[in-house]
Amino acid sequence: MGREKTFSIIRTAVSMMAAVLVAFVIIVLVSDQPLESIKIFLLSPFSSLRYVGNIIETAIPLIFSGLAMAVLFQTGLFNLGGEGVFFMAGIVGSMAAIWFDLPLLLLPFLCLLAGGITGVGIMLVPGVLRARYGANEMVTSLMMNNIAYGVGCYILNNIMRDPAVSSLVSYKYRSSSLLPTIISGTRIHFGLIIAILCAVFVYLFMYKTKGGYKLRAAGTNPEFAKYSGINVKKVIVMVHVLAGAVAGIGGIVECLGMHKRFEWSSLPGYGFDGAMIAMLANNNPFGVIGAALFVGYLRVGADLVNRFADVPTEMIAILQSIIILLISAEKFLNKHKQRFIERGVKYE
Amino acid sequence: MNEFLGLVFTSDFLYSILRVTTPLLFAAMAAVISDVAGVPNIALEGLMLIGAFAGMYFSYLTGSAFLGLLMAIAIAVGAAGVLAFFTLYYKTNIILGGIAINSLASGGTIFFLYLTANDKGTSVALASKVLPKVHIPLIKDIPIIGSVLSGHNVLTYVSILAVVFTYLLLKRTSLGYHLRAVGEKKEAAESVGISVAKTQTTALLLSGLMCGFGGAFMSMGYVSWFSRDMISGRGWIALAAEAMGMQTALGSAAASLLFGVADALSNVFATMGLPSDLVKTIPYIATLGGLTLFSVRTYKKVIKN
Repeated sequence: MGREKTFSIIRTAVSMMAAVLVAFVIIVLVSDQPLESIKIFLLSPFSSLRYVGNIIETAIPLIFSGLAMAVLFQTGLFNLGGEGVFFMAGIVGSMAAIWFDLPLLLLPFLCLLAGGITGVGIMLVPGVLRARYGANEMVTSLMMNNIAYGVGCYILNNIMRDPAVSSLVSYKYRSSSLLPTIISGTRIHFGLIIAILCAVFVYLFMYKTKGGYKLRAAGTNPEFAKYSGINVKKVIVMVHVLAGAVAGIGGIVECLGMHKRFEWSSLPGYGFDGAMIAMLANNNPFGVIGAALFVGYLRVGADLVNRFADVPTEMIAILQSIIILLISAEKFLNKHKQRFIERGVKYE
Repeated sequence: MNEFLGLVFTSDFLYSILRVTTPLLFAAMAAVISDVAGVPNIALEGLMLIGAFAGMYFSYLTGSAFLGLLMAIAIAVGAAGVLAFFTLYYKTNIILGGIAINSLASGGTIFFLYLTANDKGTSVALASKVLPKVHIPLIKDIPIIGSVLSGHNVLTYVSILAVVFTYLLLKRTSLGYHLRAVGEKKEAAESVGISVAKTQTTALLLSGLMCGFGGAFMSMGYVSWFSRDMISGRGWIALAAEAMGMQTALGSAAASLLFGVADALSNVFATMGLPSDLVKTIPYIATLGGLTLFSVRTYKKVIKN
């Protein structure tokens, strides 16, 4: 076990470093003042409290979507519905934040609940279809993304849109619904604590409960799980409920933490980001927090290079695709790793 | 109702259906070829975006729309090659690889757009070329039909050829037979001497070729410039069309046409003040329903046996 863990940490570190190296290469090729730009990219994110705050703010939604994807991956499911869940949970939660009036603390709670339930509802469609009839959850979840987007846009355009503003945004949220800032001088909001609580919850569930054991067993070897009496169908539905709830809460947390109105005009991309985060974290819930912070760091760095030097911030997309490709390409190394570990066992 | 009929039964409306269906046809054929071979390519969106950018940029550099098209195809095929390399030789999961290519395309094209046009929105600053429209002799003189079928961008006709090509490829050629064999049962195909990796690489490269055409149409036909994320979900729609068409060339083409009609209709509905957002979801709901029915039927068959 020790060897295996070391191996996976080395691998992840190598792909992270490769991403940073590629960033250097891009900067050297593009920038007129490469050294200065690299310095900004690497160090500036830590140069002020506000920028460190930016890293954490960026990481918050990534933690939620990473957790959702991690439980799905852990069970061997390829559901890409996080996109639709984030968007639709944001819409439904925002409706609550605009029109419900409850005493302090209860309103944000209600909004999160609304977002979570929406997420569960959306995820249950591909989940149940997969569990009951074996329908490919990837295709059905992609359909759900488009349906959620269409319905969400309808609600935004026809019910929530604030006609007093020229851009397509909703009415203002009630101020009592907003998640408070927890560290002054930054915009780090209460969502961070909710995200960490979610990670703890997912960890305890996955590693300390019977349900979590079943989930992991179904992911590693569904046939074995079936013969040892685990109801794999139930597990699949359960995983979708969990992923939907986490992603849904993530969607509305991002809205209430960072914005004063519903502002997404297209699917926000967090669903796909989640896949990258989960992979970086090797599906470990606490690893997800670290992975989200790392990606947040890269994004803030790229943003600063864009603002204070001459490299477009979109280089981040190139880095991200390299991370995804490299980390998942480690299946190649996996074979060597397996042999390596087996040999170690033999000699012991 | 009369207003609706007045808007729909015009040659302009029918013409616009063919126009919006063109990129979907290319992408749907890309989806069919890759999925049949067991390597579901979800990077269609990204590959088309890369093709669209390359077509715009190289037609601007060379001053030739044709060279732009060639480069669009070459670069989209190259990107599909990267995907094939990682998935087949480094065993990256094909879905994750697809996500990576999509991310690379959506940010990478903006990155290069900024470097070349100094703009993160559109490429209107670059004088890129447009592929020619084709007026079919004889047909163009037939009233109504002529104005619907003739005068399209050359790639619209190529997209119809792409469907025929895909159909014949899968049904009539040994490569098509290999593609299906590899997708159906890898081990069996390998045991009779078909190279799985080679066949699947071919499938992914062919899907890149289709996406190159589709992307070039977007920036050199549908409109005459590149703009960020201009594929706006067409790659995903094509995946839906392919699922609805049950992995067949003709079925997926028909489904693409249906999505095209829904797209064109939603524009009409919007001008009539109906909720176009909801109209646009109808094809997806139909696909979801179709998939459900299909899975239930298969499930019952399995239970019976």
